[in-house]
Amino acid sequence: MVKKIKNLKEFSLSNDRFEGANLMCPGCAHNIIVREVLNATDDPVIVATATGCLEVCTAVYPKTSWDVSWIHIGFENAAVAAATVSAAYEVAKRKGKLPPATQKLVEEGKEPKIVAFGGDGGTYDIGFQSLSGAFERGHNFMYVCLDNEVYANTGGQRSSSTPIGASTSTSPAGSVSYGEKMMKKSMVEIMADHGAPYVAQVSPSKWKDLVKKVQKGFEVYGPVYINAQSACTTEWKHAPEDTIEVSDLGVDSCVWPLYEIINERDEHGIIYSTKLNITYRPKKKIPVEEYLAAQPRFRHLFKPENRHIIDLWQKAVDARWEYLQRREEAGV
Amino acid sequence: MAKDLKEIKDVNEIKDLGWDELIPGAALFSFTEPVEDVVEVPMEERPYAPTNSHEWQVGDWRVEKPVYNRDLCIDCQFCWVFCPDMSILSRDKKMIGVIYEHCKGCGICVEVCPTNPKSLLMFPEHTDNAQALAMWPKKEEKK
Repeated sequence: MVKKIKNLKEFSLSNDRFEGANLMCPGCAHNIIVREVLNATDDPVIVATATGCLEVCTAVYPKTSWDVSWIHIGFENAAVAAATVSAAYEVAKRKGKLPPATQKLVEEGKEPKIVAFGGDGGTYDIGFQSLSGAFERGHNFMYVCLDNEVYANTGGQRSSSTPIGASTSTSPAGSVSYGEKMMKKSMVEIMADHGAPYVAQVSPSKWKDLVKKVQKGFEVYGPVYINAQSACTTEWKHAPEDTIEVSDLGVDSCVWPLYEIINERDEHGIIYSTKLNITYRPKKKIPVEEYLAAQPRFRHLFKPENRHIIDLWQKAVDARWEYLQRREEAGV
Repeated sequence: MAKDLKEIKDVNEIKDLGWDELIPGAALFSFTEPVEDVVEVPMEERPYAPTNSHEWQVGDWRVEKPVYNRDLCIDCQFCWVFCPDMSILSRDKKMIGVIYEHCKGCGICVEVCPTNPKSLLMFPEHTDNAQALAMWPKKEEKK
């Protein structure tokens, strides 16, 4: 059943299923994303979590912060855990062996939703093979990547999501280096090319866009990938109260464009239609410099010898925005 | 003697214990009794178990606390949706207040508040709420 959320006041009637007094940092965007995802539906939710900030901080023995069914196995297999739950649920439903409480909810139209949460380390690098496998097999679940562009839980090592120029503990900026040397991996396109029916990029500061995309993802049958920008106060080194502002800057400078890709497949699994929609266009596209200036992890880029990296950033962001717009126009 | 989580009735019994003072391997339950559909039950009516983090508190992380001014609030709910710690209490589309046990003092609610002057402001932790309300700033003129 799709929950009706017309405006923020209506959304605020939701009862949270994720509890306070977890040990996430003050101002962490992970929590905001998890809340918005869980509150997007009134149906029961089953959550699988990859190792990462979210897992270690919400399940510290002897307490738990989850009011939904929750499973954690390892760093690399959040997608497989969710896929397995999904497969087991479908078999139990087909054979009529669901537990009575679940059976009752399903009869009321409240089909359980299966969601996996992973950080960018557990998605882009370590969990990629199991994620790719689960998407290839086409299980019915949603994977939400909480992308803070660094291994924040273990002390800020670079991941393949870290953008160029960022200073991390394994790519520190100094007199000989300007920080991370590689460009960010474009995970959304990679997951869309698996033939997933719905893939989207979201930001917690645009809550309505996020909720709408999550609801769309719950409606389709098949694996759904959501890439969520998650500002990290510890590793992006901005003040805790600036989390929403930094997210907004990312969206308005088109560093983090909000878009979705919808694939349609026939019964043989052949993709016959791909459509890319840009769901948010900034009224005024601000320069990337403002986004970089808000985060001290890019502070060194403003030195005269590193200015060329900022120019490179702007060029890369413009090219990507151009590419997305062209794809949207062409309907591919 | 290590404690068994199954026998714990109140969170205060385990609050100050180290990990080695608890019998390991116990299943952690969110509620003391089965709840049929959690989403239908508001926070105040849920039968929280001592092992649910809701029963714990992180208020002592704060150095500054948000104080809420009902007179200026327009119930836009921006603070509710962007609070990372489920610390804004909102019922029937109305903002009620801040849950100080769970608030870590990040200040996002103050940052996103759209009223002028703001209806949520950060004050030092030791300030009395009534005192804080008395020294609330006046409306800022637009330049």
